[in-house]
Amino acid sequence: MIEVKDIVKTFGDNHVLNGISATFKAGKNNLIIGSSGSGKTTLLKCIVGLHDPTTGDVFYDAENFTDMDFEQRVPIRKQIGMLFQNSALFDSMTVEKNIIFPLNLFTNMSAAEKRDRANFCLQRVNLVGTNNLYPSELSGGMKKRVGIARAISMQPKYLFVDEPNSGLDPKTAILIDELINEITEDFKTTTVIVTHDMNSVMGIGDHIIFLHNGEKWWEGTNHEIAHTDNAELNSFVFASPFMKAAREKL
Amino acid sequence: MFTSLGRYILLLRLSFRKPEKFSVYWAEIMREMVSVGIGSLGIVAIISVFIGAVATIQTAFQLISNLIPKTVVGQITRDSTILEFSPTITALVLAGRVGSSIASQIGTMRVTEQIDALEIMGVNAPGYLISPKIISGITMIPVLVIISVFLGLTGGYIACAASHDVSTADYIAGLKDGFNPVAATVCAVKATTFGFIITSICAYQGFYTAGGALEVGQAATRGVVYSCVMILFADLVISRLLL
Repeated sequence: MIEVKDIVKTFGDNHVLNGISATFKAGKNNLIIGSSGSGKTTLLKCIVGLHDPTTGDVFYDAENFTDMDFEQRVPIRKQIGMLFQNSALFDSMTVEKNIIFPLNLFTNMSAAEKRDRANFCLQRVNLVGTNNLYPSELSGGMKKRVGIARAISMQPKYLFVDEPNSGLDPKTAILIDELINEITEDFKTTTVIVTHDMNSVMGIGDHIIFLHNGEKWWEGTNHEIAHTDNAELNSFVFASPFMKAAREKL
Repeated sequence: MFTSLGRYILLLRLSFRKPEKFSVYWAEIMREMVSVGIGSLGIVAIISVFIGAVATIQTAFQLISNLIPKTVVGQITRDSTILEFSPTITALVLAGRVGSSIASQIGTMRVTEQIDALEIMGVNAPGYLISPKIISGITMIPVLVIISVFLGLTGGYIACAASHDVSTADYIAGLKDGFNPVAATVCAVKATTFGFIITSICAYQGFYTAGGALEVGQAATRGVVYSCVMILFADLVISRLLL
């Protein structure tokens, strides 16, 4: 479980996050949604430690992550897997080397064990046989799946996903969502997903936090979101005529 | 300026933290040494031969006097090559070749979130990315400069043989005559210092790149320009202190 308490983040005079508190549950897909510039990615970066909050705290299973220095954070970071918006695969390494990179640094596994682990992760994301390809030889969807394979190589307890569906066709986007959902269930990870894709919200949103102007505006599940009377949330979720029509049928 | 200097020093401190796993870092150091050393050998060889040849021809041109022995051409070519041409011009060329590559490589990793990915994993990103480059710079650039010295002097020999301004026998006699070992020490100190300047400044510029492709290009340009200025400044300081 991950807990954030009163997170405030400012960049100069720009107040991006204004006192956000939330709990992200273990074994669930926790979605952070909101319009562009609402502070979703900044909140995610504060949670994983890429940004230090101006004030407020982040707790990983009751351990205060914000107060820790680099060395103290390493044991928690080893339990974190993250899929970046653009996958952030290491260009100079093959798919297999990308996946075993954290194993090389943090485990004493033999070469054969690492190769087996890489093959298992690739099998898990349906990319068997791509071991020796470079990221430049992969499609956008394949890069996302390799990113997921790398994220799960260390068997993470916490999985963070930033805009998993950006730049993907709807069919591939749904496949990625299903994959993330399966991993969350299989590995019992605390999964935090930043998205503004409504298919993801309705499909895998076990727990949803809606940010508006850097504040938590609404919290609930994908079943509750369809029936909320929160004006800002409704104008965000049901912005298109198609979604408005779909809501009326619900 | 002081903010940048502070960030540069802090980045260097982070770069030389204890590695997570020495074997992984060692492999990275070897890879960088090949990239810097072998990768730059061709350009260093070409410029060294030409500089040595030009230095010999121009020195011979300026010493048209029966009072000055022809062997002086060899002496002047030797000392100017060891003290100045090989370390400084090689370093300036390497700032363009190696420095821009370092800044753009690290800058691209920054804007494509690869550095964030390293940090999320718990890897000390400055240590993993920058320290192997600095170590390869301070080891391989002196080696390249030594090669450059020999090739520069060879270039001078070829110029003598081709132009007949000075006989090759006089040239070789000049090379052997009155060699002061301090020149070799100065050359080694300069090469090591320049290696550190090129790799650390360009890595710093790349590491703090923000934005996109345009900013990566700007970071690489800044890295090369600042490295060149600092090389010339360090050249002056080392020459003043050691000679």
